[in-house]
Amino acid sequence: MKNRVFRGIPASSGIVMGKAYVLSREIFVPSLARKTTEEELATFYSAIKSTQRDLEGIIQRLKEQKSHEGLKLIEVQLLLLKDPFFVETVENYIREGEGASYAIHKFIETLKTEFETIGDPYIKDRFLDIKDVARRVMRKIEGETGELSYQEPHVLFAHDLTPSDTAQLDKEYVLGFVTETGGKMSHTAIIARALGIPAVVGVGGILKEVKNGEQVIIDGFRGVVVVAPDEDTKRTYEKRIREYREYEKKLEKAKELPATTIDGKEIDLTANIEIPLELKPAVENGARGIGLYRTEFIFLTDDGLPDEETQFRYYREAAEMFRDLPVIFRTLDSGGDKILGWQYLKEDNPFLGWRGIRLTLDRKEIFLSQVRAILKASSYGNVKIMLPMVSSLEEVERARELLEEAINGLEKEGRHIKKPVEMGIMVEIPSAAILSEHFAKHVDFFSIGTNDLTQYTLAVDRTNERISYLFDHVNPAVVRLMRQTIDAAHENGIWAGVCGEIASDPVAIPLLIGLNVDELSLTPALIPQIKGIIRGISYQECVKIAQEVLKMDSARKVRKFLSQELLSRFPHLENLLVEVDND
Amino acid sequence: MYKKTVEIKNTLGIHARPASEIVKRASKFKSNISIEKDGMEVNAKSIMGILMLACEQGSKITIVADGEDEKEAVESIVELVDNKFYEE
Repeated sequence: MKNRVFRGIPASSGIVMGKAYVLSREIFVPSLARKTTEEELATFYSAIKSTQRDLEGIIQRLKEQKSHEGLKLIEVQLLLLKDPFFVETVENYIREGEGASYAIHKFIETLKTEFETIGDPYIKDRFLDIKDVARRVMRKIEGETGELSYQEPHVLFAHDLTPSDTAQLDKEYVLGFVTETGGKMSHTAIIARALGIPAVVGVGGILKEVKNGEQVIIDGFRGVVVVAPDEDTKRTYEKRIREYREYEKKLEKAKELPATTIDGKEIDLTANIEIPLELKPAVENGARGIGLYRTEFIFLTDDGLPDEETQFRYYREAAEMFRDLPVIFRTLDSGGDKILGWQYLKEDNPFLGWRGIRLTLDRKEIFLSQVRAILKASSYGNVKIMLPMVSSLEEVERARELLEEAINGLEKEGRHIKKPVEMGIMVEIPSAAILSEHFAKHVDFFSIGTNDLTQYTLAVDRTNERISYLFDHVNPAVVRLMRQTIDAAHENGIWAGVCGEIASDPVAIPLLIGLNVDELSLTPALIPQIKGIIRGISYQECVKIAQEVLKMDSARKVRKFLSQELLSRFPHLENLLVEVDND
Repeated sequence: MYKKTVEIKNTLGIHARPASEIVKRASKFKSNISIEKDGMEVNAKSIMGILMLACEQGSKITIVADGEDEKEAVESIVELVDNKFYEE
């Protein structure tokens, strides 16, 4: 059988060809072989000891890398490893006559049934940590190393990657990932994008179709996996890989250059950050700061709200890395269900509900601790605060009062705060865009969040497949709101940026420049590509393009026009356009 | 044997951090300590066991200890629960 092609969800762009390395732990069958009870117990104890050494080694490495997130995960695993419930249950199974490996398997299966009856999703998720640890011990017994380790670079195939796997991935040995589960926003996908490794996720059943060492191609633009490619397919992909590499090389050269149009208009290209792992890629890709630091990851823990000190450590890390360049922290933007637990889960319209600034102003201790932590980080760099989901001026005023309260409190404690600390808002609710001339008098900057602005303006839930054809951030209605917002900012002497996905959509770049946007914030890996477009077009042309778009009456016409305009100037982008649209 | 029943007051119930706090306290005592909820009994020195009880806010748990320091052990854990695990 030749050339088996599988389709999944494109999670991180790039194309690679290489040998498959299959992490088959989900279909792992524990051995039933058994020696004497004493020998099986001894095997079990020595496997625990050796797992403990592995975990301590990982902890050491994570400490050196200053990875706080990863560290916490592994420390919990160490606790679970020594848990009497785990040890005693397995001991009992062994005494009842099972082999050590099968005893652990039985423990996992029993626990799975127990945890299935639990309603709380956060506690349910702890089962995955327990399983992760138990399987490490089991792999020790079965003679596998338990660690991801390779002699040469491979494409990694797994059912799903656990957080501890991703914490120890070595980029040099992983060319790309393919997983059976997961979506675009899954942990694995985010990590892949952060590391700049091509990935395809959600390829159901792929583990049964691919063997260790088999040649594979993964296309992270289109979400395609080819197993055992024939000569023709190989040649086609080799050509695409070569072209893409050349294109990347060209972009690489422009890394140190500013994002300036042919006729000298400079745009600030900054990065959107979801997890701290992306900070380094942001620097490497030439980001001029962080335009959107999403803070949700700090709050998505299972042990209650993060304290001020924990938050401060994250914010300081980012501020220090960028020094004089701005780092804009967006205050917590999530629904109550995500951070306060499942009892807040039920809302008929969560996107129109208690979330973002609405939630943090109601629970002002959350807002205060976050703002205090950001203020503390102010003396380590150039930090700014951004409020999400703002729909009324009163919210800005209330936030301003709390900001003052936090500043006064910290100064009384003798803390140094680098003032003034700028406060801006996300313009993502139509009311904020429509009233932007008033908001502009009360804040220091605007950042237009086009994903939500499009969703709210067009009344289109962007996760609903049936109506996804209606969702387009270049819809003329959205474009007009953007223009109004940017003009209002400039009339009031403040700047306006864009941090939605439109900022990484190549066809929209000339339009955004023509609308006079000051800053574009996007996924780190796409910064070089967008810079290439900015450097190859003039501001005058962009203004004309924007004027044309503002006359148009439908999203389809706008997109067609913008694609033609872009391709007439950058014909080599044709191959990439489809893919970036998916992204 | 010494036992006491308490109500869980913190919003999030017994999640990973509170569970590990209980384990840390329980491990300081020599007595056998267990926690009961709705007819299920687990070792108070086991995080997994405690998590499996799935204690939400408002649920009631009984802490039972047997041994030389049983009274101190139970009171110490009750104190932790009553103070919402010092996290709110």
